[in-house]
Amino acid sequence: MIQEAEPLIFERSSPGRHGYSLPDSDVPPLEEDAAIPAHWQRSSLPLPEASELDVVRHFTRLSQRNYSIEHGFYPLGSCTMKYNPKVNDAAAGLPGFSFVHPHQPESTIQGALALIHGLSRLIMEITGYANCSLQPAAGAHGELCGVLMMRAHHVKQGNPRRKMIIPDSAHGTNPATAAMCGYTAIEVPSSERGTVDMDALATLLDEDVAGLMLTVPNTLGLFEQDIVEICRMAHEVGALVYCDGANMNALLGTVQPAALGLDVLHLNLHKTFTTPHGGGGPGAGAICVNETLEPYLPVPLVKEQDGAYAWDYDRPDSIGRIHSFYGNFLNQVRAYTYIRTLGAEGIKRAGEYAVLNGNYLKERLRDAYALRYDRTCMHEVVFAGLKEKAEGVRTLDVAKRMIDYGFHPSTVYFPLIVPEALMIEPTETENKDTLDTFIDALLAIAEEAQTSPELLKEAPVSAPVRRLDETTAARRPNLRWQPPE
Amino acid sequence: MDYVPHSDEDREAMLRAIGVASTEDLFQDIPANVRHPHLNLPPGMSEPEVIRHLQALGQQNSNVLEMPSFLGAGCYNHFIPSIVNALILRGEFLTSYTPYQPELSQGTLQAMYEFQSMVCLLTGMDVANASMYDEATATAEAVLTACSITKRSKVVVPDTFHPTTLEVLETYAEGRELTLVRVPTFTIDDDGAFHDCWDAVGAAIDDDTACVAVQVPNFFGWVHECQDIAETVHAHRAMLVVSADPVALGILTPPGEYGADIVTGEGHSLALPPGLGGPRLGLYATRKKYLRQMPGRVSGMTEDIEGKRGFVLTLQAREQHIRREKATSNICTNEALAALAFTINVSWLGPEGMRKKAELCLAKSHYAAAQLDALPGFAVSAPGPYIKEFVVHCPSQVHHVNEHLLEHGVLGGYDLGNVRAELDRHMLVCVTELNTRQDIDRLVATLRDFEA
Repeated sequence: MIQEAEPLIFERSSPGRHGYSLPDSDVPPLEEDAAIPAHWQRSSLPLPEASELDVVRHFTRLSQRNYSIEHGFYPLGSCTMKYNPKVNDAAAGLPGFSFVHPHQPESTIQGALALIHGLSRLIMEITGYANCSLQPAAGAHGELCGVLMMRAHHVKQGNPRRKMIIPDSAHGTNPATAAMCGYTAIEVPSSERGTVDMDALATLLDEDVAGLMLTVPNTLGLFEQDIVEICRMAHEVGALVYCDGANMNALLGTVQPAALGLDVLHLNLHKTFTTPHGGGGPGAGAICVNETLEPYLPVPLVKEQDGAYAWDYDRPDSIGRIHSFYGNFLNQVRAYTYIRTLGAEGIKRAGEYAVLNGNYLKERLRDAYALRYDRTCMHEVVFAGLKEKAEGVRTLDVAKRMIDYGFHPSTVYFPLIVPEALMIEPTETENKDTLDTFIDALLAIAEEAQTSPELLKEAPVSAPVRRLDETTAARRPNLRWQPPE
Repeated sequence: MDYVPHSDEDREAMLRAIGVASTEDLFQDIPANVRHPHLNLPPGMSEPEVIRHLQALGQQNSNVLEMPSFLGAGCYNHFIPSIVNALILRGEFLTSYTPYQPELSQGTLQAMYEFQSMVCLLTGMDVANASMYDEATATAEAVLTACSITKRSKVVVPDTFHPTTLEVLETYAEGRELTLVRVPTFTIDDDGAFHDCWDAVGAAIDDDTACVAVQVPNFFGWVHECQDIAETVHAHRAMLVVSADPVALGILTPPGEYGADIVTGEGHSLALPPGLGGPRLGLYATRKKYLRQMPGRVSGMTEDIEGKRGFVLTLQAREQHIRREKATSNICTNEALAALAFTINVSWLGPEGMRKKAELCLAKSHYAAAQLDALPGFAVSAPGPYIKEFVVHCPSQVHHVNEHLLEHGVLGGYDLGNVRAELDRHMLVCVTELNTRQDIDRLVATLRDFEA
């Protein structure tokens, strides 16, 4: 990464410079009466004026001020930062996918429809569900879609119900989604084992509960050992169970979530199925459902008849559309390429080695970092900060110090129920040498916390910037460049 | 093949360190009766095999590079320069996460800040977020935000708004109290010509109205005068939501100048190829006073402890990971890489390129319209100024016309019968800077041969 600051593209601008290359008009000039009336036209547009090389250099330098999976280990818990295979990008870049217009006649997009249909079938097999839609553009979008389907089911039964039960360890998107769909989020506490407190759950369940939103494995990296019973109890009062599939990587090939009794599941194709995060999106979120919720999937789906594919809008109970078109199709191409590359054996190995790596880190770090829940974890492990606390040293300091050792920090202060949480997810694509180097760094940092805590408190010193003033950023927001008066 | 790098020795050493005999021991929490199902998936493939398979699927699709296309209706084929892909596919941008650790994410955060600045300049608004999924969800969230701010539930939309956006809005509004009033704002005469009755929008606004949402240019391509609407809206203490095409804003008055309170838009056509309609790029900009009700991520400029300029995700107290059920939206992942592509392309275009792009659309669409209007049996209908899309009334149903065009290697315009049965002889034709005169002449010549 480069330390040298890069001015804003607006500050690189110089009047009269230009980089664009567009053809001259090959048609006659406009008739006077065809033009846009003068008072409907803008008077100024102070965008940057730069040469093509200026633009290329600017964004190349910006890229060099970013850390990425391709730089090194990126152990962000809950984010599944595994290798994003290049062949997926090559596939998505084929003109037969990238330059297809969504309104083209079905006869001219049979390959694209076959891919959507095929990816849906692969996902149904991996998860065990009756059907799925690839329309959600991200995980939270999938949640919205899933909870709206749960609501549609209850409305069809005559009562939308009012409550959604969500564990205190859940992702923030869960309660936010429930609220967007008109539900009151009710928190269920976690037990001493880190999973849902069954007694508390029993007292919360009644016929006004529309459903539960659970993450499996949960955000502590633990498998809900009572999940089958939880689903049974929920179904007994007519409630449904939503599965946040952000952590599906751990379960690949080992269990189909549908078999546990979970009614609806979203997947983050940008986590489990390697489509790149792109600095925060585009993602892609499949939403998978059992027979109960199948009628409510968003339109359109793709149907196949005698080897020909077509859009299927004929779904009278559908919740409707949730996207302008068919979701983030080019990411669907990437996910399809990934699953076809791995096949059944590779899918199973991905989950198996993600869990092996998670447990290896847990065991190697447990003497220096405090294990909140001492049991076998899945794909990730959550520590309650340093085992031996050091004066004034917080988990944030540990995380920032990782930067000076050449690593991206782990997730910190999440889940909210673990004090000083440090959440590490290695993924299956990291080799033992990388994990060992990272472990050595974390052990050294724990040592430094005792011997020279200032190294942690002042970290990072090797990044493009030091710690930033976030308070002023929020109090006096500067969110855009302003043209000079 | 797969991407697991472990040797057998590594695996054994790791199992020993954990203190278990096999990986199977790590999965004991999962009920045994459902563990290790047989997965009926095809066997894995090597890279040459998988890319050959994908190429074969891709070749079953026609595409707009090999065939002149006059399709628009929400997805536009505009020119994306070579530098965009070269830069966004750099691993540093492509494979980084949401910039929660700002020290290692200055590239993404600064690009977001530049994106927000450009969206503000194009729309004439004070602040913008770092993107939404697409125009439809951005507009749906804008409308719901306006309802929250005004504490009212009536939403007025002209029937010239993109019907898909309204469908998404209806999906998003489930569980909220919201009344969508669709105002008829055009009529069609016996000859199939459109006539504007835009005043109906103003008449539908009252003191129960939360917001009016209009689209510029509208779904059918023409531009409405919105100054009067804005005044009526504000006289009733309601809000004006404008969904604007950023390409058209290269030439049109920015909505902020005529009183828009929230501006949304679809940015994909300045960022990415059509891609069967995804990824997209939702734009969202608003006035400073509504900043704390805005959904989505925002990058802000600040300083580090040494006084060096830096950028951070800010105002996170609006967002789900902090506020949970009280958040302004559940949005988390957005379309960051598409926003970066937009920022690169708009930097490359500059003010002159943005204007030239819009003017090329304007000139070419009017040339196409004049040629089509002169064909026997075809009549162009545009009750207002338009930039790249207009309606043509055809001598027979559009799907027949389009079949004829397809047989001759041309992708005809959008069949409006898909959204309204009585418009089955109306075609929505889109012409951008990528349609050459030769393409347009070929469209016209092919239609001249068409026998209804």
